[in-house]
Amino acid sequence: MDAKRESLLPTLQAVQREHGYVPDEQVGKIAASLGITKADVYAVASFYGQFRFNPPGRHSVKVCAGTACHVRGSALILDEWSRLLGIEPGQTTADGAFDLERVACIGCCSVAPAVMVDGEVHGCMSSAEVRTVFNEVCAGDERARRAAGADGDAGEGNGAGRGDGAGDSAGRGVGDAG
Amino acid sequence: MPADVKGARDGAGGERLRAIAVGTATCGRSVGALEVLEALRVEIAELGLPYRLVEVGCLGHCYAEPLVTVEAPSGRVNAFGYLDAVAARYLLRTCFGEEEPESDFYLGRLEDDGAIASEALAARNALERRVVMENCGIVDPCSIDDYRRRGGYEALRRALELSPDDVIEEIAQAGLRGRGGAGFPTGVKWRACREADGAEKVIVCNADEGDPGSFVDRVIIESDPHAVLEGMLIAGYAVGAREGRVYVRAEYPLAVDRMRQAIRQARDARLLGEDVLGAALSFDVDVFEAAGAFVCGEETALIASMEGRRGEPRLRPPYPAERGFLDRPTVIDNVKTLAYVRHIIERGARWFRGIGTASSPGTGVFCLTGKVARPGLVEVPLGSTLRAILYDAGGGMVDPNAEKPGRETPNIGNGGYCTRPRAPETVFKAIQIGGPSGGFLPASALDLPVDFESLRDAGIIMGSGGMVVMSQDDCMVEMARYFLEFTQSESCGKCVPCRVGGQLMLDILGAVARGEGSEESLEALRSLAVHLRRASACNLGRTAPSPVITALRFFEDEFRAHVERRMCPALVCRDLISYEFEDVGCTSACEQCSVVCEAITSALGYDGLSGRMYRTHEIDDDLCVRCAICVDSCAGVNHRAVRKVTPAKRQRTKGGA
Repeated sequence: MDAKRESLLPTLQAVQREHGYVPDEQVGKIAASLGITKADVYAVASFYGQFRFNPPGRHSVKVCAGTACHVRGSALILDEWSRLLGIEPGQTTADGAFDLERVACIGCCSVAPAVMVDGEVHGCMSSAEVRTVFNEVCAGDERARRAAGADGDAGEGNGAGRGDGAGDSAGRGVGDAG
Repeated sequence: MPADVKGARDGAGGERLRAIAVGTATCGRSVGALEVLEALRVEIAELGLPYRLVEVGCLGHCYAEPLVTVEAPSGRVNAFGYLDAVAARYLLRTCFGEEEPESDFYLGRLEDDGAIASEALAARNALERRVVMENCGIVDPCSIDDYRRRGGYEALRRALELSPDDVIEEIAQAGLRGRGGAGFPTGVKWRACREADGAEKVIVCNADEGDPGSFVDRVIIESDPHAVLEGMLIAGYAVGAREGRVYVRAEYPLAVDRMRQAIRQARDARLLGEDVLGAALSFDVDVFEAAGAFVCGEETALIASMEGRRGEPRLRPPYPAERGFLDRPTVIDNVKTLAYVRHIIERGARWFRGIGTASSPGTGVFCLTGKVARPGLVEVPLGSTLRAILYDAGGGMVDPNAEKPGRETPNIGNGGYCTRPRAPETVFKAIQIGGPSGGFLPASALDLPVDFESLRDAGIIMGSGGMVVMSQDDCMVEMARYFLEFTQSESCGKCVPCRVGGQLMLDILGAVARGEGSEESLEALRSLAVHLRRASACNLGRTAPSPVITALRFFEDEFRAHVERRMCPALVCRDLISYEFEDVGCTSACEQCSVVCEAITSALGYDGLSGRMYRTHEIDDDLCVRCAICVDSCAGVNHRAVRKVTPAKRQRTKGGA
């Protein structure tokens, strides 16, 4: 066993921390520095739920699938996000606005079912609450776009179109974390 | 409270500063503990009150978070729960300083061991026995001094006076068993590692707590990281290791931070590094962030991932105690196991044996979630019954009509003629123990004592201490499918029984949940389960069928309803239920449902007898996606006109045709 091999996971974590994902060229660099093949690096990286290989969306939606949330109906919540964004869990919307992920317990069992949107926890969700949160995020985007539009750079991704742009170009799965 | 708090003096004024401790573990943060902390910080500074703010971990009363403890002038400490920033500001100005506050938010007096003394919690306090949670929620996890004032690192000092063999003997005599789930005797593991060849031995603290439904390890690391470090140091001394690793989930960022900070503080205090406490012990610890794979909780997979490989388990023997990390002898112990070590060394094996049962000495920390009134952590002597844990400690089943202080449901009903009926009471159906490797137990098993042997005889394992309480609204087919789906998605794929067999079981369960199963489905599940148990390479595969097996054993009726009558008695499985309006289709004109759902049509009707117009509502079953938004929106206006029925309308028409 090559001693340096132990540093593979910490290195991948550092890369993901910096870029938000693990870009292909970084995989090449890591492989070269450890003296292993790119396939070796991908074999390890793809095994773990933490790593993603496509750029993350501007907003991350993480639906808790822990047991406490599950018994309080997190499956309905995930479905609702799926319908609103037009993507399956593990995908990114075509315009790169939203990531949808189903994640392991985020530790908010007392406010189940919980959703983490851009790092902020929304507890006691229902289908109706999901729409409210989604609309808030889109409205925030719209405001930002208008503010930016005044400087001339208009027309870039206006939230996620409902239902359209699903599937095909939605990017590779990020896999279930945990 | 820490001794220093009582004696703390304000440097300038000479007035004694009393401590306000805010629980800021993840459970508190998720419901706004940081806002409470900030509000208190601002208010205290503004009003110039004689308080000092401390951040502490979790007391185990997660249901009452954000939870704050306040020291009264006499030194008595009072606990307040269910706070938010507004309530905290209000209480600070009113009754925070009182000896016996009268407030809806007041929970009770905080005892020295972390119990909250109050009438409502009397049954819990009688049952509870806090050992590893002794410091949780009391000690400042960011302060090594606070920990030392509560007797921290004294056990290490004592251990260093003993010979390593005596330390192992003490642990063996105490009968400490691994708290990661399997219950392997810790003393035996340590001795095997001590006697193994290989100079560079390693201690690994396994904090890769991936079980859905358990967060005990997270709470302990977030609330009392030094206790875990001290256990690792003693283990290192006993087996002759110089190096330790804390393998903790990256999904627990706060636990990672707190552990890193504890390690830094211990290094500065010369408790880690060369010549610890002036004795012949050199030991250092590092944090390894796990990258999100459940199977890595299995010790050989954990080692593989630390070595930078795919986290695939290998066959044992050789056990890690002989050949582990980089082929060096490695002791891998769970967080809780290590946290017990200091107590055993300090108070002796005999004391430890005095708690719990003969074969399972000590306490167990359990994590209650689901349909229980008081979700959170509770530490009880092993051998306590499930009933005691659920009803005495957990407060029984959740009351859907209960209101939390300060959070009264606003009445937004229209005019008062819509009155919300009380939600039906929750009735206990099953308890799930041990996460995806454990299983379900029905009401008839509630008097089972919780110890390693009794649970094993009941066909399940203790696992990491997760207990999920389920009510009549939870479908056992669905829950079995949920746990199997989890283990299936976390299967490393190395061996066929787990990779293929698990998927086959999952497909069958999916079919049953869709009403497409048959008598043979249940037989196939049973036979596949046997193959998985016998032939899988590691415990993930071997225990993966347990939830299905126990659900089938105790709740066969429910499975039969799915396959024979296409019914889901718990009204959960979406293909077997429909939503419909009560009676004539709700005559209210509030239209909360039809504005949010395209499948709901609202029409005007005419009552010829009274000559009145009225509304009728209908749900188009083919358009309905079962999102339950109609139920929520209806309940939101204090009205519950939409109900779920089984079998589904489409199933019924199919049957009729």
